[in-house]
Amino acid sequence: MGFLSATSSISRYHIDDSFEDSVMETVRDGLAEYAIPKIENEYSELSVGWVPFESPYDPDFEKNSFVFGTFFLFHLRVDKKSVPAKLVKKHVSIETARRLEKSGREFISKNEKAEIKEEVLDRLLREIPSVPNIYEVLWNYEKSTVYLYTTQKAANEIFETLFSKSFNLKPIRLFPYTMVEKRSSLSDKKKDIIYNTAPAGYSR
Amino acid sequence: MLDISTGYNKYKFIGNDFLTWIWYLAENDLNLLSLTGADYKNLTLEIGNSLVLENDKKKDAREKITIKGDKAGLEEGLTALKKGAVVTEINLLLTLDEDEFKFTIKGESFNVTGLKTPSSKGSQDTGSDELEGSVIEKAYFCDRVFDVLDILFNTYMERRASESFRSEDVKKIKSWIESYN
Repeated sequence: MGFLSATSSISRYHIDDSFEDSVMETVRDGLAEYAIPKIENEYSELSVGWVPFESPYDPDFEKNSFVFGTFFLFHLRVDKKSVPAKLVKKHVSIETARRLEKSGREFISKNEKAEIKEEVLDRLLREIPSVPNIYEVLWNYEKSTVYLYTTQKAANEIFETLFSKSFNLKPIRLFPYTMVEKRSSLSDKKKDIIYNTAPAGYSR
Repeated sequence: MLDISTGYNKYKFIGNDFLTWIWYLAENDLNLLSLTGADYKNLTLEIGNSLVLENDKKKDAREKITIKGDKAGLEEGLTALKKGAVVTEINLLLTLDEDEFKFTIKGESFNVTGLKTPSSKGSQDTGSDELEGSVIEKAYFCDRVFDVLDILFNTYMERRASESFRSEDVKKIKSWIESYN
């Protein structure tokens, strides 16, 4: 489990609003509703959803808890299928040769080539299993903070969309501008000074 | 509030300036507790084993300087600062009370990578209780690191918004950079 491993990479989010109803129940409902499907959709290139921390391959939040002390902890799982270009090339070539032999023709049209490629891609996507990637999500609700245990841009984007949908709360990524806006104790006047500031220019 | 991506790009220099300030604090052994007013028994920062600087003052190309290795070649970094580079990434050793943390922070995103927290203090429990204990401990360590970063960033922002920022803070940092030959 990456969360408990020796080193971690983390991006941090601020959560602006809070829940009106019971926090625990609302989080449980959001996790269960947007848990990753148990059965893999063979036609889907990408499948995303939440899974419990203790059972990343069994998305059952009834069996496993997401509450650890005052923290919520669960995984974002991203299952992705990717067909290597060389494999597509090989199968397109085989299929093209088969059709030429069957029809007795010497060449195939551009449209037919595109059709073959599409069919091959469809078939390979169905046959190839998806590869799961797992990222921990640590939520300190009292501090309006969520830590996502990755700094990969694609995973961050998937997380932001899924979190908003699941809990109806917008996670705001914390970097210098949003830190000033959302987390600093600066007065509005001081914020204005910061926003009109130029680089410090320590060398000049 | 600005659009997120506009805010990110427009003010990423603040993060880089902040890291340069952190470097200055660490190298000059300043008392972080009195500077920040933080409520810890002990709070110290040391530069770890890597530092990345960038200089985009040159018209044709952006120069990137990466310094790696324990306590190695930080003078190269100071030379780069002198030429107008800014710190974009820094590896830090943070001592907080009795706990030691090591991590790299990036100026523009505040992403933390390679975070190493103190080893688990262990537990007499077994099974799920042990797991819960380890999770809570790790989560607590993570919170602590970011709490300190928040305190330091807030202190820097307060300084930066003060009237004396250029006449005092920037002047001191410039003197430190210039003091290296």
